[in-house]
Amino acid sequence: MEQGHNGSSPIVVVRDVHKSFGDVHALAGVSLEIERGTVLGLLGPNGAGKTTLVRVLTTLLDPDEGSAAVAGFDVRRERTRVRPLIGLAGQSAAVDDTLTGRENLEMVANLYHMGRAAAASRAGELLARFDLVDAAERQARTYSGGMRRRLDLAASLVADPEVLFLDEPTTGLDPQARLELWAVIRELVATGTTVLLTTQYLEEADQLADEIVVIDHGRIIAQGTAAELKARSGGEHLTVRVSDLAALAQVRDVLEAEGDGPPTVDEATGTVSVAVSNGPTRLAGVVRRLDEAEVAIADIGLRQPTLDEVFLSLTGHRAESEPVDAPAGAV
Amino acid sequence: MVVSMDAIRVEARHAPGDILQLWKRNMLAYRRQPELMVFSTIQPVMFVLLFAFVFGGAIPTGPVEYIDFLLPGILAQSVLFGSTQTGVGLAVDVTSGMIDRYRTLPMARSAVVAGRILADTTRNVFVVGLMLGVGFLIGFRYHGTVAGAIAMPFVAVLFGQTFCWISAAIGTSVRRAETAQVASFVWLFPLVFVSSVFVPVETMPDWLEVVAENSPVTHTVNAMRGLALGTDFWEPLVWALAWMAGIMAVFVPLAVWRYRSIQ
Ligand SMILES: Nc1ncnc2c1ncn2[C@@H]1O[C@H](COP(=O)(O)OP(=O)(O)OP(=O)(O)O)[C@@H](O)[C@H]1O
Ligand SMILES: [Mg+2]
Repeated sequence: MEQGHNGSSPIVVVRDVHKSFGDVHALAGVSLEIERGTVLGLLGPNGAGKTTLVRVLTTLLDPDEGSAAVAGFDVRRERTRVRPLIGLAGQSAAVDDTLTGRENLEMVANLYHMGRAAAASRAGELLARFDLVDAAERQARTYSGGMRRRLDLAASLVADPEVLFLDEPTTGLDPQARLELWAVIRELVATGTTVLLTTQYLEEADQLADEIVVIDHGRIIAQGTAAELKARSGGEHLTVRVSDLAALAQVRDVLEAEGDGPPTVDEATGTVSVAVSNGPTRLAGVVRRLDEAEVAIADIGLRQPTLDEVFLSLTGHRAESEPVDAPAGAV
Repeated sequence: MVVSMDAIRVEARHAPGDILQLWKRNMLAYRRQPELMVFSTIQPVMFVLLFAFVFGGAIPTGPVEYIDFLLPGILAQSVLFGSTQTGVGLAVDVTSGMIDRYRTLPMARSAVVAGRILADTTRNVFVVGLMLGVGFLIGFRYHGTVAGAIAMPFVAVLFGQTFCWISAAIGTSVRRAETAQVASFVWLFPLVFVSSVFVPVETMPDWLEVVAENSPVTHTVNAMRGLALGTDFWEPLVWALAWMAGIMAVFVPLAVWRYRSIQ
């Protein structure tokens, strides 16, 4: 396959891309680069502009301003060069319900002009790899959500793309199916595929991405590794739940002493939580102090910050653009 | 949209094969969705029977048997109503995200719409054949030449194919399949009924007669009747073909442009 440039420069380059729909600025000046063979996680809430960026990069949508290139080919002027190099598994699985799993893959292979025999063997290979052999001769309408996602992903891999775009690949999947899909994505990355993955879950980006870009309202608001982003939002959170609401004040004092910032108290659920560094040590300290104070703990644990908490600390507002008071727990 | 030389090369090289792929896919869908087949076969057959037996005695068609008058009209009506399925099918592909997949593949741009219309035209061949069969069973007879008998259904299929392009332009412009259906029937019903499909246009009020006389449906049906009955057909046929050429000249580019600008 012809290449626009050598292998050491970024394979995806986005420069100041703008895209509006009426007066909605879906993308308001996005620039980013993806290094060959790495995974970029595009993290953002509903309506952030994730799908719009994916559609620009996969030649489905022309940007109003700015430029984007895949493997050195401009996604607007050289889309016929870009298309053979990319694979897309969109936000809604693009599988043909009336075709069987095998027919779906063979049709895509034929539309890549692979030749009949090659198309058939490629379809068989992918069905095996995505654990769809038993369902291969069944119409896709009978598939479960997880199976449809796998078939969709298989279809996006038919031509062994250099860059794979996955738009919220695990949304709507149960935890088991999500883990399975993560494993598949890791395998792909191990074989050298470059991946752009959008997600609403920090945990997912953390699990899969080398680099995370957080977008909100069409703008990049943070960029870095998962560890860096978590550090910026106060790292791990230590949460304590009590059944006796009268003890909340005591718990609050203990967490204030042990934590890195002001704790947040949620009276409705009887929980208090605080950002901590060096979580396990702090956890032990909190347990000891609460024990001394004879507070009965219903539940206690460490957890990663959610997208919402990252947002709160990065932007001062919650991920869902609902009005919020001054962010109590922000760093 | 930027049209590059590359894009034109892809188009020229892959269009036939890609259209065939999409045709195959749509034909499989027809086979596996019996309800689609029912809509496109039982309903036209029912129309033949209903009109032949219910209105047959009441409509004055001169020396010509009503069934001989009716069948060419019903054929045209069926392929027209059937053409709505082109837009519905495309709208379903747009909403399901299937179009996004096609548009990221290095395939010919025209293949999705053209493959759809080729499948719908194939279905029309089948429907027209079936209706002719039913027509023969209830008394329809050709009175013209053999060439005319062969040309008559061919004109019907060509006419249906023409309207598929209008339907394609609608299907690629709306957001939902139901909208595509409604948006087609809204103008198809008057177009079909204000024509010579079911009744001679002379029976209509003067102002309506003028409209009906100049309708592409009337020209086409009159040409088909001429071919089937062995009466004069050249003048309406030339008009019909001119209408079809005109419609195609507008709606083929429009449908392709609409398809390309789906976002
Ligand atoms: N075709 C369109 N027409 C009009 N507005 C659009 C269109 N596509 C996207 N938008 C708007 O652009 C903004 C960004 O949408 P986009 O789909 O890119 O968000 P997203 O980050 O993918 O969200 P989600 O997580 O819900 O999928 C939203 O406000 C959306 O309503
Ligand atoms: Mg999206």
